[in-house]
Amino acid sequence: MTRVYHNWQALAVLVLVASSALSLPLMSGLPSGGSTAIIMISLIAGALAAMATQLSLPRLAVLAVAPHLAAWLLLAQAGQAPGQATASFWVLLAASWLLAWRLASSLSAIKARTRGVDLALRLIIPTLFGVWILLLWEAIVIGAGIPFVLLPPPSAVAARFANSLPVLAADVNQTIFKSVLIGYVLGCSTGFLAAIVADRFVFIRRGLLPVGNMVSALPIIGIAPIMVMWFGFDWHSKAAVVVVMTFFPMLVNTGAGLAADGHMERDLMRTYASGYWQTLAKLRLPAAMPFIFNALKINSTLALIGAIVAEFFGTPVVGMGFRISTEVGRMNVDMVWAEIAVAALAGSVFYGVIALAERAITFWHPSVRGG
Amino acid sequence: MDRFRDKIIPVLTILMGIVIAWYIGAYALNAPFQRDLDRRAGETPTTYEFVVKTMTQPKPTLPAPHQVASNFFENTFLRKVSSARSLVYHAGVTLASTLSGFALGTLLGILIAVGIVHVTTLDRSLMPWIITSQTIPILALAPMIIVVLAAVGITGLIPKALISTYLSFFPVAVGMVKGLRSPETMHLDLMHTYNASKAETFWKLRLPASVPFLFASMKVAVAASLVGAIIGELPTGAVAGIGAKLLSGSYYSQTIDMFSALVAGAVVAALLVTLVGVAGKLVERAMGARPA
Repeated sequence: MTRVYHNWQALAVLVLVASSALSLPLMSGLPSGGSTAIIMISLIAGALAAMATQLSLPRLAVLAVAPHLAAWLLLAQAGQAPGQATASFWVLLAASWLLAWRLASSLSAIKARTRGVDLALRLIIPTLFGVWILLLWEAIVIGAGIPFVLLPPPSAVAARFANSLPVLAADVNQTIFKSVLIGYVLGCSTGFLAAIVADRFVFIRRGLLPVGNMVSALPIIGIAPIMVMWFGFDWHSKAAVVVVMTFFPMLVNTGAGLAADGHMERDLMRTYASGYWQTLAKLRLPAAMPFIFNALKINSTLALIGAIVAEFFGTPVVGMGFRISTEVGRMNVDMVWAEIAVAALAGSVFYGVIALAERAITFWHPSVRGG
Repeated sequence: MDRFRDKIIPVLTILMGIVIAWYIGAYALNAPFQRDLDRRAGETPTTYEFVVKTMTQPKPTLPAPHQVASNFFENTFLRKVSSARSLVYHAGVTLASTLSGFALGTLLGILIAVGIVHVTTLDRSLMPWIITSQTIPILALAPMIIVVLAAVGITGLIPKALISTYLSFFPVAVGMVKGLRSPETMHLDLMHTYNASKAETFWKLRLPASVPFLFASMKVAVAASLVGAIIGELPTGAVAGIGAKLLSGSYYSQTIDMFSALVAGAVVAALLVTLVGVAGKLVERAMGARPA
């Protein structure tokens, strides 16, 4: 019974491949030739390789190649006759996806012994997932002939991305390097300073932190049109929105972080006769760093959102939000998706840089030491 | 008495400070335009008259608090709820898509979390992407979702609710994964000695243990889904809702209207977050949690 449980994907693949033979060809109007045979053979080979509870390395290698070869050939077939996919195309696509799933689950069952292998697995498994999202997206859009306006295939988005690099670069320069970064630095540093002031004076802390907590739950993004009205269409208004959006999370988190140090440590600083500022610099700020970095991470996303949404309310003719809203109006959805890919990339890089800085600065924290 | 001294007085003082700063700001920002007006009309008002004038402009750069308050009061309580100028009507439209998106997002988040906790493959392949999806300014997708769905004939509530769903599923999924994994080894071992099945462990241990996490993340999610609904109303061309009210205000420089729409949004957000918090307290009490 456990054998069947572990291998149900492989069994299902065999059944699917067999049933796909009933409704050939893959694309109506396209004769089934050698590549159809290769697809079916590689899927069967993959299924046979997967027929084991523990997979040896050669079996794993076959399993790694088979679904991707099949999917690649399926895509090539779909590209020759878009929108003409028959039932057997979908059945074979589902079969290759099942094999890929089996691959991912056997990869995640591996207990890594060295750190290198562990890291590689940590990267490979999610990458596999991402690649298959793109593959299925491409296959479904092309195979079913979904209108371009509704959802462009990833290949078209990639082509558009490569063809309009100068435009995208100009947008990134306007939105990220002007609005986001300037607003982010200003907002985070003022939030930080306000938290220090609130910490210095108990009365202000008691008043400001509850207010800050409440304000961070509000839809602050709504001030975007007002800021555009005050500061004009250029990046200044976007930076202003970003400042307001990033201020409160920074204030609240730094406030919480400054309360995070233990009594013991504070008493120790007292026995050293250290003053307020010395205690702050040497004990309390370092102890608050995980909280501060948490705010920096939250703010990295908020800042991008703030700047892009603020551009919907009016910009000079450059910027990511501007491009998205105008290209949507012209139904150039591939350009919109390219711009979203840029935004995703920028967001991830931004976040990654902060995460790396966090590891470097809070090297003493248990979550970084891995203790 | 302590509560009064330590909480209410400081908060009220800060709020007073904000209002005073707002009045000063309103004077400072409106004064140049008013000076210009007076110069053209050839008037030389006294200082007091001038200050009053800066606070009573019909389209001020920064409306004074009392202008916003009276506009908000008028549009909330003195108009018929069905009227297109009533803020209650607009807040209702936004609230409808917020709540449906929030409900869907919470459900989706819980389902994903259950999958992630029970299927190792999902944990290792999906979880990193869920984290990455958080670093993506997903609100950028909003106009496209609205316009593209409108192109295939889907308009109104559903597209906005979809954006809210997308924004609210993430905090719930992450919080629930944490919550479902929160039972300690001791408790899990106890369930094991009872010979409990996976399903029984889930319903009797994991799910009850995750409830506090669920409500904490639902608070974040409901705020996020309100933002999603407001942004989702922008590209439809200002039909109805708080976002539409903001947009039409910015077309016609109706600053007072914009500010009262913002206040309405803030009130709705505060209400929603409070409601989720109260619901969480009630559920936890019904489940036998002692007040900490």
